Amino acid sequence: MEVDYSGDVMTLNMGPQHPSTHGVLRLELKTDGEIVADAIPHIGYLHRCFEKLAENIDYPGIIPFTDRMDYCAAMNMELGYVLAVEKLMGIQINNRVRCIRIIMAELNRIASHLIAAGTYGNDIGSFTPFLWCFRDRETILDLFEETCGARLLYNYNWIGGLMYDVKPGFEKKVIDFIDYFEPQVGNLNKLLSDNYIFVKRTAAVGILSPEVAINYGVTGPNLRGSGVKFDVRKDEPYLGYEEFDFDVPVGKGDYGPVGSCWDRYIVRIREVKESCKIIRQAVAKLTPGDVHESIPKRVKPPVGEVYMRTEAPRGELGYYIVSEGGVKPHRLKVKSPCFTVMSAFREVSRGSMIADVIAILGSFDIVLGEIDR
Amino acid sequence: MESIARLLQLIPKYSELPEFLRALIPVVVSCVVVFALLALAVLFLVWMERKVSAHIQDRLGPMYVGGWHGWAQTLADALKLLLKEDIVPASVDRTLFKMAPFIVFLGAFAAYVVLPFGATSFVADLNIGILYIVAVGSLSVIGIIMAGWASNNKYSLYGGMRAAAQIISYEIPSAMAIMTVIIPVGSLSMVDIVNAQKGGIQNWFILRNPFTFLGFIVYFIASLAEVNRTPFDIPEAESELVAGYHTEYSGMRFAFFFLAEYANMFLVAGVATTLFLGGWTQVIPGSFIAPQLLPGPIVFFLKALLIIFVQMWLRWSLPRLRVDQLMYLSWKVLLPISFVLVLGVGCLAVYW
Amino acid sequence: MNPQEIAALLTEKFGSQILESKLDAMNPWSAVEPSAILAICQFIHSDERLKMDHLELLGGVDYKDRIEVVYVVYSMKFRHRYTLKCRLTRETPKVQTVESVWAVANWHEREAFDMFGIVFDGHSDLRRILCPDDWEGYPLRKDYKFPKTYRDMPV
Repeated sequence: MEVDYSGDVMTLNMGPQHPSTHGVLRLELKTDGEIVADAIPHIGYLHRCFEKLAENIDYPGIIPFTDRMDYCAAMNMELGYVLAVEKLMGIQINNRVRCIRIIMAELNRIASHLIAAGTYGNDIGSFTPFLWCFRDRETILDLFEETCGARLLYNYNWIGGLMYDVKPGFEKKVIDFIDYFEPQVGNLNKLLSDNYIFVKRTAAVGILSPEVAINYGVTGPNLRGSGVKFDVRKDEPYLGYEEFDFDVPVGKGDYGPVGSCWDRYIVRIREVKESCKIIRQAVAKLTPGDVHESIPKRVKPPVGEVYMRTEAPRGELGYYIVSEGGVKPHRLKVKSPCFTVMSAFREVSRGSMIADVIAILGSFDIVLGEIDR
Repeated sequence: MESIARLLQLIPKYSELPEFLRALIPVVVSCVVVFALLALAVLFLVWMERKVSAHIQDRLGPMYVGGWHGWAQTLADALKLLLKEDIVPASVDRTLFKMAPFIVFLGAFAAYVVLPFGATSFVADLNIGILYIVAVGSLSVIGIIMAGWASNNKYSLYGGMRAAAQIISYEIPSAMAIMTVIIPVGSLSMVDIVNAQKGGIQNWFILRNPFTFLGFIVYFIASLAEVNRTPFDIPEAESELVAGYHTEYSGMRFAFFFLAEYANMFLVAGVATTLFLGGWTQVIPGSFIAPQLLPGPIVFFLKALLIIFVQMWLRWSLPRLRVDQLMYLSWKVLLPISFVLVLGVGCLAVYW
Repeated sequence: MNPQEIAALLTEKFGSQILESKLDAMNPWSAVEPSAILAICQFIHSDERLKMDHLELLGGVDYKDRIEVVYVVYSMKFRHRYTLKCRLTRETPKVQTVESVWAVANWHEREAFDMFGIVFDGHSDLRRILCPDDWEGYPLRKDYKFPKTYRDMPV
């Protein structure tokens, strides 16, 4: 549909306080009736200059700050940082630490994707999936709480090891949860994913073609939603992910063009199932060991720089650390997946309707803590 | 109203009052009674909505206030709303802003005048009853636009405009669906319509013929849209427009919008009951449940509650439509169907 | 392609504009002449052998005597990565924008401008992105003094 935007446009200021901007994001919408001629995102309301802070704290002290970037997936945030420092220092970890890290990272990925799916349902106007998802997420948080005492910001992955070993019986609880949870995904699909109205609202909206997605540096489920089969866990394995058997789901355009909001959404739902598979294998691989074995007495990496990327739930999370040989990093730069996907927002949402803007924003699944850092 | 007038006769020296007072008092009293019942019904409906939504969402909902399953929760909430500070934002159009909630409520409340709760329990039996409901029901649109405009807020304005477009569009299929009942009955009076369905479930219009059955479906969908319930709640779409036309309202004025919303919900359920589900008449033909045990108003309430339950069920299961999809549904799906239904019912009436 | 081949290819194509290469580092990198960055980026983006279509990271680093802009680039097709560095003076850090090569550079460059004051020549929308528009100074520079107040509000 060709629309002439030269006429009167009204500026609608959406956010920073708005129910569905997922935090303190401000969107400046130029609207012509219900149609959005331009949507300009303004970020930075949650900026606390994490990178500057990190230059003034020693390496282990930074871990709690990484938690606070993507607070929905804190385990994955600290995992990326810890792996980067370990790579810089050349620390080898034992199998137990590796498997527990994988279990925790995948559990947190499930929790994060549940938030994504639930809030997306809420954005589209369906409130029930939100609470269904939070009900299941609760069990994961209980598992985390039992292990490290915190429910949201864990500080659990330490450089060279873990804060605590898991409690006895943890493996059984994880497997019990997976057994319970896998059928729930089907229920969620029945309630939301395959709902006719939901499909109509999302399946032809916010098309992000693979070329545009790569050009905008979009990563993670958003990129896979556009049909690009790329997952850091598969293509540049860390933590020994190559030993695990799992698929990388991509958007196939079941109900419309590839790269729509629905594709991005369903990739997350399918990824949750793959995470369940990984967790089952990781629990089977869990061997006894000491999780504090290779924690260094003093974290003082040699001079050098490292770029380490991991697959966080929201995409490729990269840590670029420059060390000058001190106990504090000289520079710590975070490549935030939400930051890059947000830069593509203007391109994708131009010419859609107000309701679609919300649908697109929700399908990107951003966390402002990570964008603003 | 007649029954209330008869009751008033029992007051000593009532007949010595001047003529105009004797005409006026029953009207006022019956309005107060309807209003009180309505407020009670709304309190119950809000509680029910919370309970239904809670159980759909795998939680319990209010459990503490009042003891038994939080029955007094809405009472406490209503009290809180009434006690809140009356905030009128600085840049609003004060007159319109203050008037809007009452006009919205008036539209909902006035329609109850002709709704027959039982064989004798109604305020007035107008011979154009259903027409009156359709007319008065549209009054709330004016209030909603007033609220949206007067709030001086872009989200409110969007909400108001969406509401106007939506309610006016859905009036047409809903009125057409009502026609499918009016044609066989041959009267616009609500009481006549109910009387035409007497004698048990097989005489209800929903089961009379396929046209009226589809008419019920069309009316139900259109009425959902008219009362802004999900999946048609775009005027107050929380995730898009914050709260739509009542973004700027708080306290008692907000309570009036809230009251109107639930009053409207009950109204459309009541109209659907009257038109298609036989109103106050008994479900099972014959007389093995004595009317004294299950009086007409209770039957009416139970039927209306059934419809309201379905409304709530839909609200907590379905996502929201987009504006253009909403308009598509009204003008390109429901309207042609309802025209065909009216034609079909007309043919039946002429050739059967 | 491994980093050695990429570095060889770059040296062959751009010669003296490649100032220094360090291939045994954890992230093999080449320091390049700032004036050539756009041409080099266009080359590595479009060359059939490289196809570096994914800009993973663009950020500044303050080394007290110079400011570096780091470009970590990756190829979705061939799955190889390389790092480019531009060394700029601290007084007038200025480099060409690579916005035309990777669209994502738009926001990354804005962030580098916001944090380090690096001016990207030809950038379409070079505004502060994370800090408020009227913020003074460039926070991630090593000599940055934290302000006591912002608009008369204590920070």
